Amino acid sequence: MEISKDKFKLAKKDTHLEQEKISTPSLTFFQDAVRRLKKNKVAMFALGLLVLIIALAVTAPIISPQDPNAQNIKYANLPPKIGSGNIPGFSGELTSQSGAKYDAYAGLPSDKTFILGTDYLGRDLLSRVLHGTRLSLLIALLATLVDLLIGVPYGIVSGWKGGVLDTVMQRIIEVISSVPTLVVVVLMLLVLKPGLLSIVLAISFTGWVTMARLVRAQTLQLKELEFVMAAQTLGESSFKIAMKHLIPNLSSVIIIQTMFTIPTAIFFEAFLSFIGIGMPAPNASLGTLLSDGQKAFRFFPYQMWIPAIVLSVIMIAANLLGDGLRDAFDPKSE
Amino acid sequence: MESILKVKDLCVNFATYAGTVNAIRDVSFELHKGETLAIVGESGSGKSVTVRSIMQLLDRNADIASGEIIYNGQDLLKYSEKKMNDVRGHDISMIFQDPMTSLDPTMSIGKQVAEPLLIHTKISKKEAIEKAIETLQLVGIDNARERINDYPHQFSGGQRQRIVIAIAIIGSPDILIADEPTTALDVTVQSQIIDLLKDIQKKLKMSIIFITHDLGVVAGIADRVEVMYAGKIIEYGEVNEIFFNPKHPYTWGLLDSMPTLNVKERLNYIPGTPPDLIDPAPGDAFAPRNEFALDIDFEQMPPFFEVSKTHFAATWLLDPNAPKVTPPASIVARQKEFKKLTKAGE
Amino acid sequence: MVKYLAKRISFLVLTLFLVASITFFLMKLMPGTPFSNQAKLSPEQLDILNKQYGLDKPVFIQYLSYLWNMVQGNLGTSFQFNNQAVTSIILERMGPSLQLGSQAMLFGSFFGIILGAIAAIKKNTWVDSVATFFSILGISIPSFVLAVLLQYFLAFKLNLFPVALWDGWNSSILPSLALAVAPLANVARFMRTEMVDVLSSDYITLSKSKGNSKWQTVAKHALRNSLIPAVTIIGPMTVNLMTGSLVVENIFTVPGIGEQFVKSIMTNDYPTIMGLTIFYSFLLTVVILIVDILYGIIDPRIRLNEGGK
Repeated sequence: MEISKDKFKLAKKDTHLEQEKISTPSLTFFQDAVRRLKKNKVAMFALGLLVLIIALAVTAPIISPQDPNAQNIKYANLPPKIGSGNIPGFSGELTSQSGAKYDAYAGLPSDKTFILGTDYLGRDLLSRVLHGTRLSLLIALLATLVDLLIGVPYGIVSGWKGGVLDTVMQRIIEVISSVPTLVVVVLMLLVLKPGLLSIVLAISFTGWVTMARLVRAQTLQLKELEFVMAAQTLGESSFKIAMKHLIPNLSSVIIIQTMFTIPTAIFFEAFLSFIGIGMPAPNASLGTLLSDGQKAFRFFPYQMWIPAIVLSVIMIAANLLGDGLRDAFDPKSE
Repeated sequence: MESILKVKDLCVNFATYAGTVNAIRDVSFELHKGETLAIVGESGSGKSVTVRSIMQLLDRNADIASGEIIYNGQDLLKYSEKKMNDVRGHDISMIFQDPMTSLDPTMSIGKQVAEPLLIHTKISKKEAIEKAIETLQLVGIDNARERINDYPHQFSGGQRQRIVIAIAIIGSPDILIADEPTTALDVTVQSQIIDLLKDIQKKLKMSIIFITHDLGVVAGIADRVEVMYAGKIIEYGEVNEIFFNPKHPYTWGLLDSMPTLNVKERLNYIPGTPPDLIDPAPGDAFAPRNEFALDIDFEQMPPFFEVSKTHFAATWLLDPNAPKVTPPASIVARQKEFKKLTKAGE
Repeated sequence: MVKYLAKRISFLVLTLFLVASITFFLMKLMPGTPFSNQAKLSPEQLDILNKQYGLDKPVFIQYLSYLWNMVQGNLGTSFQFNNQAVTSIILERMGPSLQLGSQAMLFGSFFGIILGAIAAIKKNTWVDSVATFFSILGISIPSFVLAVLLQYFLAFKLNLFPVALWDGWNSSILPSLALAVAPLANVARFMRTEMVDVLSSDYITLSKSKGNSKWQTVAKHALRNSLIPAVTIIGPMTVNLMTGSLVVENIFTVPGIGEQFVKSIMTNDYPTIMGLTIFYSFLLTVVILIVDILYGIIDPRIRLNEGGK
């Protein structure tokens, strides 16, 4: 093949410059993490599910068919039924001990149906599950908030100041974490009056330790970085450095840990209510509903199923989203 | 020269999120019996991928798209995984860049060195350990007998690289592949390891493929040199030919950026970065960084032009139609040196 | 090593002392007296009872005598259960709890290691996805939900096991299973992460370049190196099991420590609650200490460094 001679000229510099350009636009760390998270279908699905559950919980007082604590013995222990009962699982039928099926709604006004059934006091389970989820989520949210408010500053101060202060603060953490969380939580609840705030306090009493540890470890690393040292040399105050340089760079650790604190808090609330020292009656929470359901599961298994499923779905979705966030913010872990 | 290993038209692709990376593009070369062949190039030039293809130790996302690797008259790429296991550590073995991470931290070095023998031969454990002690002594671990039950972290970096070499040579392989074996070591230890490799090669009559980005190291060990850039070999020849009579502008750049004894001189570098191999542009991949690039370089891949019977370079500058260019001053000096050398040889 | 041990043990003692003190004073703050649950007692009877339990003395004296008794292994006597000594209640009820705990731990670790290792070896394949899915389920679903479900299906519906009865090994299967799922999932996740890390390390490539097959490499080099760090999760695993046992023992009416703890809470039985709290903390700190020592023994890097110092 003949090549024309004029191709053998020294190339002009600028004519071929475009080959050196970098084609992909540069992204900030945060944008990049969000992009990675969006690509993770499982995490996005979990996020969607959580958003839906949260929306239902927030609007519970509006969308609940009736007052969750209103009792009506006439309608006690009715199984789920929708409309005329044609949908499997929502037929309004129960199985008696002998194995025979019978219509639990027989003899009641035909226009009265309960989508998720009723409990032993005739309370509407759909309303109770909605309100229960709302309460459990609220407790989880508050507990996580307390974790953040104590754990993050504690970790930053401990890591940033170092020295004797750090040693003392770390010893305190070691002692707290050497007592099993459940023991502390149970003791706290015995001392405090049962109720929402007590549960939140009890859960956060040990919960913040993990957050503080992670934040401290990260702060220790950040402290060694040039831009923080530069800010120090320029004479910026510690508080300003913390707000301007540390918090933004700690955000990924904090976000990930928060996402794992929420299911832990939900678990502890359910756990406490289940053993009977959580939310006092007649309030509904996922734990109390499950506890009631377990007592009645031989004859009215639906009363156990519903809270068990809701609780498990929230836990699974939160953990999946947490995993997704970790992968998104910490690409090394992939 | 009798050749022991032939790589023909090797192409390797990597599947990544961004797209398919053509990491190795039509690489062919021969390894002669008893020689040391150095493959030189920047990181990402594909030198490691080339030798890992020979061992078939590529990551799972790698795909050997085409080519042949002929050893003992047979194509290794057609071997089953089981047959390949018999080749690794027995016929061809390999040492790696970082001796700090190449050894299993939880296994005594005696066991690790003896392992290839236990895999490939039917000798007893005791005999294997005995042979391991011998081999460790050969690679310069003093008091090997006492240290046989020690763990890797009890040895220094240089000693660990000696242990890795012992593992590689205990099965008396025909070919030893050394993937940047000195890069992670101190300069003084580097030369000890180079001397050790030369010494072992003489004793065991092995062929060595030596990969490095450091031309200074090459001069001390190689018989022949191949220069790789962007997944292709762009120049190859005997060590003197590459060092004193380089023809490819990239080789010029590499040699020009080597530190010399003249301390007043500013260290040169090759401007720009290696190209993205996801969608390689047509023509010579080095063209955008090449101050001597011709228009044709951007359109068509240059073929190999013969410089001597042993020396080939893929650059359009060797085409009879190409304009005469003056290489950097240090290269001109080298070429003068080369003329003296060849005259002396005549 | 001796110095290290001494330091760790003194810290353990300090922790237990703090736990005991905090527990003691918290109990003093507790609403409701120990006898409020019982039939109406006259003030005279209450005085007698208070004197008998030393509740009439100043709090500080009570505290000192509590600590002194604790050092001697005497955790006081229960307000309920026929005034049994707390120590003897613990000893009596330790058997079933230990049995459940160890069964769950063994089962969980064994299958967790296998599941995690397979997921890592088959990384990014459907096998990995299935394993990951199940470990997420295991981590997410609380043990008591699982216990209730197991009870409903396997015991009540299918009649494979007793519903709630403690009689023989057969009755320990369901509670052990309910407890084992969380450790199993945790071990599997940890194992997968470790193993993925190990499998990408240079010495694994070196092992292959020696001529080891994939599975030989896993057996000879990868497994051991991923198992060593996995020892560290025995501590958190124990905590998990303790928490779980509280409810699981209740659901299956297992006469163990967890069931006793809940019962004592319901009846304001201070000495038993305090005793069990201290016992739980003791168990946990000892387990963590043992794990740390064990880790030093099986990891040659730590073992020899400690020995050298």
